[in-house]
Amino acid sequence: MSTPVAAGTLSASSPAASRVWARRWRRRVAALAESTPATIGIAIVLAWVVLALLAPLIAPYPPNANDMAALAHTQPSKAHWLGTDHLGRDLLSRILWGARPVLVIAPLAVLGAAALGSLLGLAAGYYGRWIDLTITRACDIVLSFPVIILYMIILAHFGSSAWNIIGVLTLTKAPIIARIVRGMTLDLREREYVAAAKMRGESALYIMLVEILPNARGPLVVDMCLRTGYNVIIIGALGFLGIGLPPPDPDWGGMVKDTYGMMMVWPHMALVPCAAISSLVVGFNLLAVGLRELGLRD
Amino acid sequence: MTDGPLLDVRDLRIAYTTRAGEAVVIPGVSFQLKAGEALGLVGESGCGKSTVALSIVRYLGRAGRITGGSVRFEGRELTTLGEAGLRAIRGRRIAMVYQDPMASLNPVMTVGRQLMEAPMTHEGVSTSAARARALTMLAEVKLADPEAVMDRYPHQLSGGQQQRIVIAMALITGPALLIMDEPTTGLDVTVEAAVLDLVRELRSRHHSAILFISHNLGSIVRVCDRVAVMYRGELVEEGPVRRIFTNPRHPYTRGLLDCLPTLGSDKRQAPLVPIAGQVESALARPQGCGFAGRCGHVETGRCTSRPIPSATVCGEPDHRVVCVRADELPRWTRRRGADVAQEAGGPGEPMVAVQHLTKIYEPRRRRFRGPRRPVRAVSDVDVVAARGRTLAIVGESGCGKSTVAKVLSGLEVATSGKVILDGIEVGALAIDARAAALKRKLQMVFQNPDSTLNPSHTVGYAIGRALRRLRGGAATDAAAGIARLLDVVKLPPAIAARKPRHLSGGEKQRAAIARALAGDPDVIVADDPVSAHDVSVQAAIVNLLTEIQAARGATLVFISHDLAVVRYLADTVAVMYLGTVAELGPVERVFAPPYHPYTEALLSAVPVPDPDHAVARILLEGRVPRADEIPRGCPFATRCPRRVGPVCDETPPPVQRFGDHRIACHIPGDELLRLQTALVQPRAVER
Repeated sequence: MSTPVAAGTLSASSPAASRVWARRWRRRVAALAESTPATIGIAIVLAWVVLALLAPLIAPYPPNANDMAALAHTQPSKAHWLGTDHLGRDLLSRILWGARPVLVIAPLAVLGAAALGSLLGLAAGYYGRWIDLTITRACDIVLSFPVIILYMIILAHFGSSAWNIIGVLTLTKAPIIARIVRGMTLDLREREYVAAAKMRGESALYIMLVEILPNARGPLVVDMCLRTGYNVIIIGALGFLGIGLPPPDPDWGGMVKDTYGMMMVWPHMALVPCAAISSLVVGFNLLAVGLRELGLRD
Repeated sequence: MTDGPLLDVRDLRIAYTTRAGEAVVIPGVSFQLKAGEALGLVGESGCGKSTVALSIVRYLGRAGRITGGSVRFEGRELTTLGEAGLRAIRGRRIAMVYQDPMASLNPVMTVGRQLMEAPMTHEGVSTSAARARALTMLAEVKLADPEAVMDRYPHQLSGGQQQRIVIAMALITGPALLIMDEPTTGLDVTVEAAVLDLVRELRSRHHSAILFISHNLGSIVRVCDRVAVMYRGELVEEGPVRRIFTNPRHPYTRGLLDCLPTLGSDKRQAPLVPIAGQVESALARPQGCGFAGRCGHVETGRCTSRPIPSATVCGEPDHRVVCVRADELPRWTRRRGADVAQEAGGPGEPMVAVQHLTKIYEPRRRRFRGPRRPVRAVSDVDVVAARGRTLAIVGESGCGKSTVAKVLSGLEVATSGKVILDGIEVGALAIDARAAALKRKLQMVFQNPDSTLNPSHTVGYAIGRALRRLRGGAATDAAAGIARLLDVVKLPPAIAARKPRHLSGGEKQRAAIARALAGDPDVIVADDPVSAHDVSVQAAIVNLLTEIQAARGATLVFISHDLAVVRYLADTVAVMYLGTVAELGPVERVFAPPYHPYTEALLSAVPVPDPDHAVARILLEGRVPRADEIPRGCPFATRCPRRVGPVCDETPPPVQRFGDHRIACHIPGDELLRLQTALVQPRAVER
């Protein structure tokens, strides 16, 4: 071995530690693969991720290129596998490119909501009293708004951009996560290991983040997975309402909006993006079901 | 049916289907049960007791399967019986009582309706007839005012009452066989004694056979005629109660008996002998004897080369043992206290002094319904733990013993009174307000092995973190410190890398003790640390605590509801009832007359694993008053069997002092002494 012995225990232990990690992950993936819904869910989500990543390479046309020649015949053909839209743009290319913003915005918004919601829920559940009251009431107020109207107000005011959509989704989803985390914190804070942590003088922040939060992760991960799926729907809905990502870049919801008027004549123009949205949502939901089964088995 | 056994289990083989394939957990169990007979099934957890019992009615879940052998009940083969046939037998001919009564009762149905259900569905009797039956049954299980109880919901009843209801429900159809799975685990001693008495009485009245599963040898003695000891899915010894308890031939049975603390001895006289190692898996069974790995009498070759046959021993035809050396082993003798009871020495200098401690919980205000009364969890408690000694606080659930522990540890703050820890008043200091040195001085060991360690962290992290917080010091020698602490609690260093879910209950508790020792505390507060464990684990942990205490000169405050453990471990004992100290004194004085009437009742309720033990049974009437309805006079007055009159209800009892022994009672000490020595005494005096 070329590593000097004096290099310390850290470097010696890290390969072992990473091996333990690798083994643990392999076991988790193997367990997940045993559940049929989880396997299908993973396959669908992974397929979309790969397609989105490879979009610049595999998309047959640039997403915004108009093929005037195809306008006469928009149905699926050899040149345009899924057909074109009313402006002669290749649907397959637009779907592939359209997967990219969705797969960035939906998970990022969920991560934001989970971070914010967990902090709020932990504080409410751990401290109780007026802190709990304030946080829960604030969450209730946010949740009492009809969400779509809330989105319209906020996005109309700040303009619609990817970051604004992430911000809006984070703010509106955080209260739901906060409720879940608060409920679990109420139970977990009574555990004896929390008392043991207090007895060695740990700070409240340490207790919340290190002692409590890791034990709430099971239901939290399942919920985040479900919520990613819901976010895909909402992003679609925002696009459909015209307050999604600014045109002309492809956006699944926007694609439906532009073409649903032509449903009677050319149904494929609206149906293809619809199918894309549903398949991704179903994928996330199945993954959540699989994760829940895994959690129940532990 | 009259000839031949009621239940005949032969070579029963049970396997579970797991991801790795089929796992045989019960390789072959045979036993018989005659009509009206009671058979006790004992063994540590994980020995297959419940699996065998559940397989009789084929409640094995989806993964479990009977793969061989037969179960004949009233002449019918149950292993091949169809669903419909099974349904006709379950609940009607074979009834079950489980450990947790709250889980067996439907919370949204009145007790009466649940009782009436069985006769109505199984026998098709009318509503009024079922109601009459239910009322009779409630009277038989000795519930006061059956009419009123019929309309209650389960949550309106106490644990003891709930278990009585479950027993009534099981017996209402007059089953030929009653399977009871740890029916008294989790109940207080006095309640347990009453339930066991009830079972014994009902058994003789209903002529039901009983299969009684328990890890408590004491309760088996009270109820059963025969005992079967299980280890690793096998019956290792079986015979009449008296034979097994006076002449156990299997080393495992002996081990179980040796690790039980008894009321007659303490740590200075006869140390407990825990069984070496821990329960081994029923899978991966060795060639020979399953117990060989933990046995002190093992002979390589004879014991380990081939399967051990079951044989009768000592010319006793009904006593069967699975041990090749059964006939050669020396006669077993019960551990006895030495003749001379050693005094613990002088009182010693106080390390923890609790003075007039009172803790009142102010309930939350309720709108519209008026304020709730504050709850007095602890009132005017005075106890002292001397440096290097053990103070035990004993009492039933709800007596305030855990509240005292919480105030000591700073998890709660005293309402009034003082807690002086090594000369510093800490009663008013919550844990956050205590200086680092004070935090270090006192650490706690908790009750529940499953929640004492954080499931997300490794054992090493938990101990290392405690070391860093309480000791300060550099992180460089953390690994060495962790290994050293694990060694103190007799765990291998490899455990540090594991998470709690890969540890057994005993290992978790040891790791928790190691964590508490990280700061090298002067005082260890242990809140019921052994109640959730098997007897062998309990013995090992109790021994470990005594050792650690002796080695470090630490003061131990031991909270428990188990009088035998307290008798074994303590130097000073405080008996608590409803937030007050009923009796306090050196252990040998508290466990000898004169007792406080409550101590007397507790002692008589302790199940003693000795069939020759004569019990002067004092059964407590009524229930413990709720903490918000404490009587004005003596708190024990409502249930006291030695109540002298209205004075008990009116005035708080005077504290009588006999040297360092205190009893809070209206009856004069010498009068108590006269009354109590007239009764048969516990085994302590038998030599």
